[in-house]
Amino acid sequence: MTISKWLMVIASAAVLALGVAACGDDDESSGSGGGGDLSGSIRIDGSSTVAPLTEAVAEQFEAENSDVRVTVGTSGTGGGFEKFCAGETSISDASRAIEPEEVEACEKSGIKFEEVRVATDALTVVVNPENPVSCLTVDQLGAIWGPDSDLSNWSQIPGLKEEFDEDLQLFGPGTDSGTFDYFTEEINGEEGASRKDYNNVGENDNATVTGVEGAPGGMGYFGYSFYLENEGALKALEVDGGKGCVAPSAETAQNDTYVPLSRPLFIYPSDKSLEEPQVKAFVDYYLDNVNDIAESVGFIPLTEEQLATSKDATAKLG
Amino acid sequence: MTGPGATAPRNRLAVAGARATTVAMLRNQPRRDVILNTLFAGMLLLAILIALAGLVALLVQAFVKGAPALSTDLFTNPPSTAFPEKAGFRPAIIGSLELIAGVILFVVPVGIGAAIYLEEYADKSKWWNRVIEVNIQNLAAVPSIIYGILGLAFIVRGPLDLGFILAAGSLTLALLVLPMVIIAAREAIRAVPDSIRQGSLALGATKWQTIRSQVLPASIPGIATGVILAVSRALGETAPLLLVGATVFVTFDPTPFGSDGYSAMPVQIFNYAVRPQEEFQTLAAAGIIVMLVVLLAMNSFAIWLRNRYEQRW
Amino acid sequence: MLQSQKPRYGEKVIQGLLAACGILSVLTTTAIVISLIGPTIGFFEIVPVDEFLFGTDWTPQFEPPSFGVLAIVAGTLNVALWAMLFAIPMGLGAAVYLSEYASPRVRKTVKPVLEILAGIPTVAIGFFAASFILPEIIQPLWPGEFLGGAVGKPFLALAGGLGVGLMIVPIIASISEDAMSAVPNGLREGAYAMGATKMKVATRVVFPAALSGIVASIVLAISRAVGETMIVLLAAGSTPNFTLNPVEPIQAMTAYIGVTATGDISTGSLDYKSVFSVGTVLFVMTLAMNMVSIRLVRKYREVYE
Repeated sequence: MTISKWLMVIASAAVLALGVAACGDDDESSGSGGGGDLSGSIRIDGSSTVAPLTEAVAEQFEAENSDVRVTVGTSGTGGGFEKFCAGETSISDASRAIEPEEVEACEKSGIKFEEVRVATDALTVVVNPENPVSCLTVDQLGAIWGPDSDLSNWSQIPGLKEEFDEDLQLFGPGTDSGTFDYFTEEINGEEGASRKDYNNVGENDNATVTGVEGAPGGMGYFGYSFYLENEGALKALEVDGGKGCVAPSAETAQNDTYVPLSRPLFIYPSDKSLEEPQVKAFVDYYLDNVNDIAESVGFIPLTEEQLATSKDATAKLG
Repeated sequence: MTGPGATAPRNRLAVAGARATTVAMLRNQPRRDVILNTLFAGMLLLAILIALAGLVALLVQAFVKGAPALSTDLFTNPPSTAFPEKAGFRPAIIGSLELIAGVILFVVPVGIGAAIYLEEYADKSKWWNRVIEVNIQNLAAVPSIIYGILGLAFIVRGPLDLGFILAAGSLTLALLVLPMVIIAAREAIRAVPDSIRQGSLALGATKWQTIRSQVLPASIPGIATGVILAVSRALGETAPLLLVGATVFVTFDPTPFGSDGYSAMPVQIFNYAVRPQEEFQTLAAAGIIVMLVVLLAMNSFAIWLRNRYEQRW
Repeated sequence: MLQSQKPRYGEKVIQGLLAACGILSVLTTTAIVISLIGPTIGFFEIVPVDEFLFGTDWTPQFEPPSFGVLAIVAGTLNVALWAMLFAIPMGLGAAVYLSEYASPRVRKTVKPVLEILAGIPTVAIGFFAASFILPEIIQPLWPGEFLGGAVGKPFLALAGGLGVGLMIVPIIASISEDAMSAVPNGLREGAYAMGATKMKVATRVVFPAALSGIVASIVLAISRAVGETMIVLLAAGSTPNFTLNPVEPIQAMTAYIGVTATGDISTGSLDYKSVFSVGTVLFVMTLAMNMVSIRLVRKYREVYE
């Protein structure tokens, strides 16, 4: 057979397979087990850091309530609030607390909300495993990452005990990420204040991993989950926020000793959305199950106290 | 060569002489020329081989990387963040199919209509017809992300205000590939010989009847090829969809006018490709394999169509 | 008999409908221009035009922000440069081979394969560039610390450049090959008759004769390279960097639009408007290149008709 005939055969087989698979098998998604009588849609948008957690909760929720459709967008914390305060979404994912201008916008649209903490993230500073440095103070981090910084070598870092003569290779997230906002605010004192000449990995946190792994003087920062995924390849620095050198971990994040880089993660439901039974059920389900799910996604679960506060907040609103 | 009789034998002699000289010259090619020529031919061959090697490397790498994730699960399962081993592309596949269905619905009538107008009805000397022509050629070269901006400003928001629904994405993609369809349809219509048209008109048919029953049927294969190629392009486009809201995490089957969000294959692949976990990289590669197979099917079909129905007038 | 025909209004209606289809293209262009202009003007009310056009620091989301578009224009040109340096020799070489050397059977096999390459989705090429070209080809083969070295960088302009180059080889190859095939055989045969070698015919006769078509294909290819989003987004990076150095990460204009418009910005903010002002620059650039290309194609077509 000629080449074109062969291509035709392969092609038809592929198209057939695609058709059969897509059209058949409706049982897979129509709920294994629970049918529930909840239906409707839930639109969630916001932080791309919180999104994996919400996605995981949504998956399990949908498995038990097959007629509910949950969509999770990642427009960023600010973008999420914008849609939330315009009434376009039911819940907003946020990696930082809502800001005054955003509160104003919600008030203007008559949307009441509550801040519901769902997990904690320990923003982790990672370096190459060959790096002898084990701890940096907040001031030292500021000296490295600040807007006026021109440090180019580890040996230039003020007050460093260890000897390490390697070029600094910095990797950081994109400027429209909540991680960037949080880090710059806590370390450099102002959101958005940062030196400009670092390797900007955009949305691609994987690039921070490969970058730091590949450069002896490499340094980057991202959420705790990414560090956990790559524990063998990277080393997490201890951070001294005034209480001594503390390594990021579940305990130190929960008991507030890993400062200032442990950050709370929130969802913001609105009073209007909680009137819908499927949203209320979802939020309740979220809080009931988040501590089990958080670890699998790489976040730090809430303490009993924090969980109780969150449940109270939801009750107040719904 | 005019001139019968006495000049004919002279011409024959002249041609024979020229041929002999040329052959003698070619046989005496100095060695340097031979080497240079072979080197040159070799370099050209190398150029093609490198380009082909690039293509092969791309396909092989995608296959090798994505093979672990290949299974029917890819087609039937929704995407999953918590359980990447079980993740699939089902909503994205359905979303893509619905998107291109919408593209075809829009692009076939409008594209063929515009092509017919430009080829059969438009007076080429009128300035406004030239403006339309230039416009179409320019639109074919506008970057796809600009169409995304157009979609965001005009279709999703703005005058049409459809919201972030699949139909809006479909319309945006349709506008993107419309110039391609128009250009291909025009070529196909232009290729129909004028004698066919004249014959039909002479028999008393109106212009439209001529077009409908003579010109169009003859140009269908060319038009169909153009539509298929345009649709393949629409299938693989990511950038405009990012801007008109192809939300990534959708676990149900999207619908054209549903406001619950939608997804598409290339966007889903992109989302997986930027996640650090190795399982998602594998998934991205697997998704690429799926898309490539579908596109190969469509393009082969277009080529077959062209070869089978190519008419020689 | 011809005079007694009733006037056919149906024909007029159909003509009107068809004309409407054609006018849609004009409407689309108008819509694009309108959607870009409004926010762009709003942008320039805040950011001075000379800072935008001549500044080399593009940091819109930093405190304090800086809007020098040259940084991302340089990123786009950086990638396009390496793309063309790869694609022109490969594409033209393929075209000359297919047109002058290849047997009909080889042509029949190779041409569809090139078309396949042309049909590969850009996200797939971008994935290939980021996960294979960058780590397995550029980083191992790049000479040490030359120009700063390629190791340890997650994104490289060159990776994006090679990916885009691979994408545009079919454009150059097929349009140039068409142009070369259109050269009348008489010219070739005349040259052969004079004793020219195949190489001389290809380079001294066919190539110059097809030059307008070849140049048109190159301009079209540059235009596609400039407008490409996904490959640069996945392989070349998100760091605005005013440089033509191939082993540095950069940010192209298209990537900036893509990342920003889908990221965390609020409608009406300065960041939002910057997306449109960059879009305007992009639109104008590709439009200008396209008009040049059209003019060239028209010129070469006329010569032989």
